[in-house]
Amino acid sequence: MPIPTPFHSRTSKLCTSNYWKGWAGYYTVTSYGISHEPEYLAIRHAAGVIDVTPLFKYEIHGPDAAEYLARATVKDVRKLKVGRVTYLCWCDDEGKLVDDGTISCLDENYFRLTAAEPMLSWLDRLARGYDVQIEDSSDRIAVLSLQGPTSRDILKQIVDADMDALRFFGVVRCRIDGIDGWVSRTGYTGDLGYEIWVGNDDAEKLYDTLMEAGGPYGIRAAGLDAMDVTRIEAGFIMNGVDYFSAHHCLIEPRKTSPYELGLGWTVQLDREPFVGQTALKKEKEQGSPRLLVGLDIDWAEVEAVFDLYGLPPELPASAWRDGRPVYDENDQWIGQATSGVWSPTLKQNLALAQVEAAFAKVGTQLRIEVTAEYRRHQVTATVVETPFFNPPRKRS
Amino acid sequence: MTKRYDAIVVGAGHNGLICAAYLAKAGHRVLVLERRHVVGGAAVSEEVFPGFTFSVLSYVVSLFRPSIIRDLELPRHGYEVLPLETSFTPHLDGPGLCRWPEEARSRREISRFSAKDAEVYPEFSLTMTKMARFARNIIDSQAPDPTSLDPRELMNILRLGKALRGDGNSFLDMQAKLMTMSAVDFLDRWFESDVLKAPMSCSGIIGTFLGVRSPGTAYVLLHHYMGEIDGAFRSWGLSKGGTGGISIACANAAKSYGAEVRTEAPVDKILVKNGRATGVVLQNGDELEASMVISGCDPRLTFLGFVGEEHLDGDFVGRIKQYKFRGSSGKVNLAVDRLPQFRDREGSEFLRGDVAIAPSIDYLERAYDEAKYGSFSRRPYINIVIPTLMDPSVAPPGKHIISMFVQYAPYNIKEGPEKWPEKREAFGDTVVETLAEYCPGLEESILHRQVITPWDMEQEFGLTEGNIFQGELSLEQLLFQRPAAGWSRYRTPVKRLWMCGSGTHPGGGIMGASGQLAAKAILEAGEL
Repeated sequence: MPIPTPFHSRTSKLCTSNYWKGWAGYYTVTSYGISHEPEYLAIRHAAGVIDVTPLFKYEIHGPDAAEYLARATVKDVRKLKVGRVTYLCWCDDEGKLVDDGTISCLDENYFRLTAAEPMLSWLDRLARGYDVQIEDSSDRIAVLSLQGPTSRDILKQIVDADMDALRFFGVVRCRIDGIDGWVSRTGYTGDLGYEIWVGNDDAEKLYDTLMEAGGPYGIRAAGLDAMDVTRIEAGFIMNGVDYFSAHHCLIEPRKTSPYELGLGWTVQLDREPFVGQTALKKEKEQGSPRLLVGLDIDWAEVEAVFDLYGLPPELPASAWRDGRPVYDENDQWIGQATSGVWSPTLKQNLALAQVEAAFAKVGTQLRIEVTAEYRRHQVTATVVETPFFNPPRKRS
Repeated sequence: MTKRYDAIVVGAGHNGLICAAYLAKAGHRVLVLERRHVVGGAAVSEEVFPGFTFSVLSYVVSLFRPSIIRDLELPRHGYEVLPLETSFTPHLDGPGLCRWPEEARSRREISRFSAKDAEVYPEFSLTMTKMARFARNIIDSQAPDPTSLDPRELMNILRLGKALRGDGNSFLDMQAKLMTMSAVDFLDRWFESDVLKAPMSCSGIIGTFLGVRSPGTAYVLLHHYMGEIDGAFRSWGLSKGGTGGISIACANAAKSYGAEVRTEAPVDKILVKNGRATGVVLQNGDELEASMVISGCDPRLTFLGFVGEEHLDGDFVGRIKQYKFRGSSGKVNLAVDRLPQFRDREGSEFLRGDVAIAPSIDYLERAYDEAKYGSFSRRPYINIVIPTLMDPSVAPPGKHIISMFVQYAPYNIKEGPEKWPEKREAFGDTVVETLAEYCPGLEESILHRQVITPWDMEQEFGLTEGNIFQGELSLEQLLFQRPAAGWSRYRTPVKRLWMCGSGTHPGGGIMGASGQLAAKAILEAGEL
């Protein structure tokens, strides 16, 4: 039985559709209205507010905090400066992905890690010998993600810190209409956006303040369906969808490495030992058997398939994540698309896929399954660059 | 003497019935003889008090082989199993610990005791699932015989070895630990919270005369864990209409294939002529001939009771005498007029599974200490289900049944097992008092009480020394050593006498594998 987030009194009033789902043991809104589209459009053209409290959060304090995080994750966290955030992942001894998230350096010797899964036990196991304290703050910190082109203007009304000075992947402690909290220039949408972190007790006030200040800027509560569309457009992978944590894999082939998932850029190999380093070095030398790619599924061919039955092309109402096989031109299975969406902004039928390395070059033409009138067909899918959607305002 | 049978099965327990059903399905004339007035053996439902149908002994179904359900078309014959949903451990102070089917909900409950354990729990499950998948190879086939040089045998062992190595050395390492460690030591490798480990460790001692800290109990943990992995079949569950429902379904299947099932037909002797079984003599003196006799009873009752030492080698008799039973558990079934109320818990959702009185590891170990020296535990481990929450058909509307498996109640009490009848009610009182500490007001809600001691299990149900598994499920009595080295393949030293009960590989629990594998071995041997 899920429990409500600290924003529940507000989100439940707005959720007229009553579309809810469980996320990490919390009730969360799938879409506030019957269709998620207005919420998606708010994120891309105004501002959307997403309750992301269910993220797992860990506060890591102590003289060895940076040293320890550099050991536990693939990134040399010692280089992270106060007021900066970085995206990274962490692996098991075999260099297989355990989870991904962000680390914020909030102060000297004080970091906050976010994770998709509970990680306290894992973090604790690696902490032996380091002078650090790890606190699971998941259930005491409420988080709102404010995403979209007007998000900065909204925050400027209510935040006492200089929002123009807060750069991409920066974080600042500030007062939001008097509430003590943190604002970070981060998000899961590939847009201009922020995440706002406050204590549970201040959650409702934050929500009210934000909605009021955002009124003139087109603010709107957005659910997970809208966020899912944006995260695929942004080319972001999701634990449990695009990959499975090594902790849950019953079979080896299910595990994946950061290189295979396009997270190679987060791996800083040549430094003091870190968990998974030996295996990752080896993979870096020998190359990865599979790679993450973006696919653009040929629209004309989709239309043609449906036309065989006298039907207009049908698309799932929201992003899909049920996995589809991908083939080469000789009908050999070479991988799978793990999530995809029709992008309302790009007008493209997109998917994230893992394919054999030989087929990962941009421009390679592959085949993907499309079902029309209960029958399976194949259409062309072309390997393209990700992020699919990458507006200048994201980094502005 | 009129009719001649191809095979007579002694004992209409679920294994006997399953074996009979397979043989009848293969076209043989089979007779099943049952001493009691009802089929089921230890898997039996009886209306002990008007309106209340108790699962008298065995009360939960685990590991029942899905292939049997399919082969014998059991759903058509009334097989219905309702999944158990939760695992609840009450405490004297506070709301206790409940494990739920939803991972996040369990995590919240466990993290009240240890945040780390809450996270490790799924990791542990994954490891156990891997182990259990391997172990399943073993329970679904005849026991490997490491002494044989038969190429087919060697291939089998190689195949198992390959499965063992398949997952790498850490897997092999884990398997070795599982085989040798105690349940508590094994759980210590993952968990820190006593509150979580205590109920988990109990699976390691059920049906054994061992404590949770005794070496070897880790393996039994796995044996019980296998019940949880058959996702598609959800094989930990309650049989509709009580556990006897499964036996009745097996009996109906057997009859549908032409087998005859006779109750109130106690067997006195298995007839042996020239080292070969030729039939049975009933207690009323009737002789029934058959070209094969199959015993679903335990090895001691079969060989020393029905066959007689005079027909067996001294060496074999010695091994059967050494085979350990040491029953260690009793059963208390209550009919109550309301649900028990547990501290700081509302509703009944948390009772839709099993309830374990196992507040700490020391509590469990203390319970064992008393048993070691010949007394029943003053504060025993109790495993409780309230079947009426999921299956209201077994009690009048609004009334409930509390079914309690109680350990330790050693067969060999210091006064001697025959003194159990004098202690029966005191034992029942102890169990009720123990549970009442967790649910005040329990005593007032009791309408009827049935107390079954290990002595009763032996006298009434034919389970030697009251062992619910027809012999302890300890490592030295499993696989190719069950019931005796060289005789793990359902055959016996007496020609045309076979075994099919829980006292044979893989044994224990309502899994039916012994009955099924015995039937397959018999059919393969071509003696029918």
